[in-house]
Order: sequence, then C-alpha cells, then structure tokens
Amino acid sequence: MYRYTEFDTAFLAERNRQFRAQVERRIDGHLTEDEFRPLRLMNGLYLQLHAYMLRVAVPYGSLDAAKMRQLAYLAERWDKGYGHFTTRTNIQYNWPKLRDVPDMLDALADVGMHAIQTSGNTIRNVTSDHFAGAAPDEITDPRPVAELIRQWSTDHPEFQFLPRKFKIAVIASETDRAVMKSHDIGVKIVERDGARGYEIWVGGGMGRTPMVARLLREFLPEADLLPYLEATVATYNRLGRRDNKYKARIKITVHENGLDAFRDEVEAEFPDRRAAFTGVDQAWLSDIRARFVTPTLSERDAAPYYAARVTDPVFRAWADTNVVPHRHPDHGIVSISLKAHGATPGDASADQMRLVADLAEQYGHDDIRVSHAQNLVLPHVALADIPAVHAALREAGLATGNIGLASDIIACPGMDYCALATARSIPVAQGIATRLEELKIEHDVGHLQIKISGCINACGHHHVGHIGILGLDRAGVENYQITLGGDASESTAVGTRTGPGFAYDEIVPAVERLILAYLDLREGPDETFLQAYTRLGMAPFKSALYDHEARAHAAE
Amino acid sequence: MPRAFTPKVVTANALVEGDVVYLTTDDRWTRDLAEAELLTDEADADLRLLQAQARTSEVVGAYLADMRPGASGPEPAHFREAFRATGPSNRFHGKQSEGLRRA
Repeated sequence: MYRYTEFDTAFLAERNRQFRAQVERRIDGHLTEDEFRPLRLMNGLYLQLHAYMLRVAVPYGSLDAAKMRQLAYLAERWDKGYGHFTTRTNIQYNWPKLRDVPDMLDALADVGMHAIQTSGNTIRNVTSDHFAGAAPDEITDPRPVAELIRQWSTDHPEFQFLPRKFKIAVIASETDRAVMKSHDIGVKIVERDGARGYEIWVGGGMGRTPMVARLLREFLPEADLLPYLEATVATYNRLGRRDNKYKARIKITVHENGLDAFRDEVEAEFPDRRAAFTGVDQAWLSDIRARFVTPTLSERDAAPYYAARVTDPVFRAWADTNVVPHRHPDHGIVSISLKAHGATPGDASADQMRLVADLAEQYGHDDIRVSHAQNLVLPHVALADIPAVHAALREAGLATGNIGLASDIIACPGMDYCALATARSIPVAQGIATRLEELKIEHDVGHLQIKISGCINACGHHHVGHIGILGLDRAGVENYQITLGGDASESTAVGTRTGPGFAYDEIVPAVERLILAYLDLREGPDETFLQAYTRLGMAPFKSALYDHEARAHAAE
Repeated sequence: MPRAFTPKVVTANALVEGDVVYLTTDDRWTRDLAEAELLTDEADADLRLLQAQARTSEVVGAYLADMRPGASGPEPAHFREAFRATGPSNRFHGKQSEGLRRA
C-alpha cells in the first residue's frame, strides 16, 4: 500500500477547506448553482435522482483496513449504512446532504482519501489490475506506475478542462483484468530485450460509439512515460472536438484524424515535453516504489486448505470460483463477491466493509482491492487461512461463490439512482441472478459475463459483456436491447445487437432462453458461452430469443 | 388544431437535502407529489416555472414534469417521475420510506 507524504496531507486539507467555504457560500446564497456546480463536480459531488451522490476515488482500487473502516464510518454516519462500489473501482454514497459533504471529505482526508477528479472533464481515477502485486503472470506490480500517473494528473493545470473526461488504465501482464483496451489510454508494462517499457494504447471507450483501443506506441522506453502521456493528452486537448459532447472523447479524435496522423501529432509534441521533464518523473517513480509497501509472504503449510476442500463441499465450490493462484504457491487471491443472488451488484453494508477490513488485517497483510467487476479482493491470503476467511465471510453474507459466473453481473445504478439513466439496471441484474439461483444452473453454465447499462453511456460495460444488456426509454416504457459476443479480456471485442429489444418483464426470461440455448448448443462443458457464440454465430441465439416469441404469438 | 397541453407540476431537488420537491399552489416546496399544484394551462405553467427557477437558494434544477390528474393529486405520466416520486426500486429508501408515497 502506498503511504502518502505530508505534501499530500496538506494538499487535501487545503482543498477541503476551500470546498467547505464554497458550500457555505452556496447555502447562504453568494454562489448560484451555475457557479457552484463545476466546483462541486471537481470534488466528486453529483446531484442525482433522489439526492446528492458523493463519488470517492479509490486509486487503482487499492485500500487498506483503515481506509475501508473509514468508508464504513461514512456510510453509517452520513449515509444509509451502505456504499456502492463501481466499475471505475470507486465507491459512491447515494444519500449525502450538501451540508455534510465537507465533513465527509475531512473524514476521508484523515485516511488519505478524497473525491478529487472523480467527475468533470479531467483525467479520472487511474485503474489497474485488481490482482496487482499478487498475480503470477505480471512482470511487475503496475500500481507504482498508476500512482505516478495519479500524481501527475491530479490538479494538472493543463488538463482541468479537457474536451471530455479521460480514463487511463495500467496493467503489467498478458491477461487483461482491467479492460485496458476500453480506456482513453491503456498502458501495458512490457519487457523487450531485457529492458522495461510500455505499450501505449489509445482511443478505447464504450458509450454510444464503442471502440477498442489501438496501438499508439509499440515500445515506449520507461523514462519517457509521463512526457509521452502528456504529449498525447495535449494533442487530444488541442484536436479534440468541443462542439459536440458525443464526439468529444479521444476515440473520436483518433478515429476522425486517423491513427497515423494522430500519432504524428503526438510525436511532434513529444520532444518539447520530454525536455521539460529532465528526468524528475523517474525520481518520483523510484520514490513511489520505495513508499509502496508490499507484504513479505512467508512459507506456510497449505494442508488445511486442501483438507477443507475434501471435507467441505460448500467451501470447495466457493474456492473453485473465488480463489485463484497467487504467485507465492502457499497463498491464494481471494475474491469477495458483492453479488449475492438477488442483491444489488456492488453494494456493501458498513458491517460488511468492517468485516472485510478485519479479515484483511488478520489474514490479508492489510491489503484490499476493488475490482472493476464491483467485487472486493483480498490479494494475499495464506491458503491455510482461507477456510477461516470463508467461514467469516459466510456469517456476513459475503460468501457467494460466483466470481466469473453468470450471476456475477456488472450493473450501473441505472434509473433507480442516476439522473442520466433511461431505464433501470439493478432490478434486471437482481432478476437474472435470482432466476439462475432457482434453476441451479450457473455452475454448469460456467464462465459467462453479463453486463447491464441503464443508458447509452455504458457505465455497466454492456458492450463488452458476453451478454450485454442496454436499458432504453422507448416511447415512455423501459426497453432492453441485448448484445452478444462482447469481450472484456485481452481479446477485447464489442458485442453485436441481436435485434429488437425486450420489455422490462421480458428481459429476464429472454436471458434465460439464451443461457438454456447455450447449454443445448455447446460441444461440451469446456466450451464457454463466448466460445460457443464465436463458433456458431448469432443465428441459433437469435432463434432462441425471437422464435420463442413468434411461437407464442402463433399460439394465441 | 394545437395539441392538447399535458398537465404539469414544477419539480426540483432541494438545495441542502438534495431530495425531490414539488411546488404547491401556495408557493411552498412539498416532498409529497399529492400536494403539488397541477398546472393545466401552458402559459401558467411557464410562469410558475420562471418563479420557481428564481428561488435559487432553495432548489436546484427546477423543471416542468408531465403529470396526469389522479384521485389523490397529480400522478406521473412517465416512469422516471414515478421513481422520483417514490424512491429506488432495489431498496426501501427515499420517499417511500418516509411515508410520502405508497410504492
């Protein structure tokens, strides 16, 4: 876990003092809403459907027990006892009062947290691999680089008014667990001829025009990262469209100018930027690495883990989905599902947060992650301790064994909370998960990612869901379009629409028909839903979705 | 022939609490849609909206929302307004939990 400096502490205190004064001036009438709105958004405060919403940054999804306990405290003290973890690995509070927000921000600052740049046309929270520092396949922990980018981008004077919001992800393995190619810039740490460097991907994104990122630079030397990122964002800042919100993201800039022309502009900008840095960023990076405390893992006898697998089938089933190998053979990476069947994806109560904090302290080297799939992770747990972790999670309703299965659904807040939404997404996720639990088929179905967005902005990542669901308002009623074949992994792909959408009460049965059709069509249990779709194409799935309707109408 | 005017209420979010409020006939902000003033005349609705928008130290984002006249006051014509008048459907929070609206 990164330890913040006195500079960070002083910066947050000053920023919060300013915002407290701005809130006071708004309430006593000295600021209009037009004046106040950009100020509150800079501090992560939105006004949603039923209330304000405070979005707190969780940089690269990393938390420790003290931070998690403070998040629980905020939930209880100023909200309704829970928080909502998001696809950007942040946490949102749905019910704060304006007057309380400065106190909430002060409480966050006590543990080195904040809500800066969680909104607005700035560089947003930098995301990373939620298994960083633990995954067997990474070439280094990507988080020091993510932290370097966070420090560089926070309050960067040139990038406070970009054409649109800007999202950066950093990974360090072939396997992409961070949906890197759906980001404005994706950074992949690579090695070539023994030298460390970066692949730079640009122009990925979801929203109304989904695009997979393209390779901007095949190998960027390690020392050039920040000047090259700065040249790229500056080029976007200059060329990006400000006339049309829907054409303002960098993906459109790259698309309209062409990748090669865009690259030429970046390369032309680069030398001046490179000269300005004089290597100071490399000093920052080595300082950040030194302040990143990574746990020293001791050798532990793993026998209790394997014994529990034999004696306890519930534990075994949970471990099969929620525990994956750690690079230290005596340890495992434990995912904690926030997707209990029928619950709201990503919600955690204050009690649950505190339990996770306790477990992290007792068994997990004080390390907790938030995943983009809206789950939590204990990245370093000795295999011998996992049965005890599981038992504690069970008591708190946190032992759902469904990571990567069909009920591990990503869903945006949708029209239950969001002012931009065109339809609900949470109840659709609840309905699908509840139905899967009734049918008891999801372990047989295996790996299947369902992702639901309640509007075209695609916060629920529906474009890259194996089954994607998009909720729209069609003539005053909720209507849900289905896409198939999306892929959030390193082989990133955007799904294809199946055809006409389904009404709110038809969407869960439609998804059920898709899943049952897959079970009929697959060559065997080893062929996943996505593989079966890739082999067979749209036709049989389309038939399962729509022929049923035609038959039902014919029978009427 | 001009299209019939869909009745409206003036609605907004309260500045401090952030929750949904409606303008009443006697110029109060109510949390309960049943108490809202139903505006059936277009010119009248536009005027009431302008008056509401001037009250910047009380509310944020005032606008006119389509309604139908109901047995106990205005009823939302669109599902978005129904959620605003009730609360989220995944948790018993918001107006429904405050006894202001029967879900």
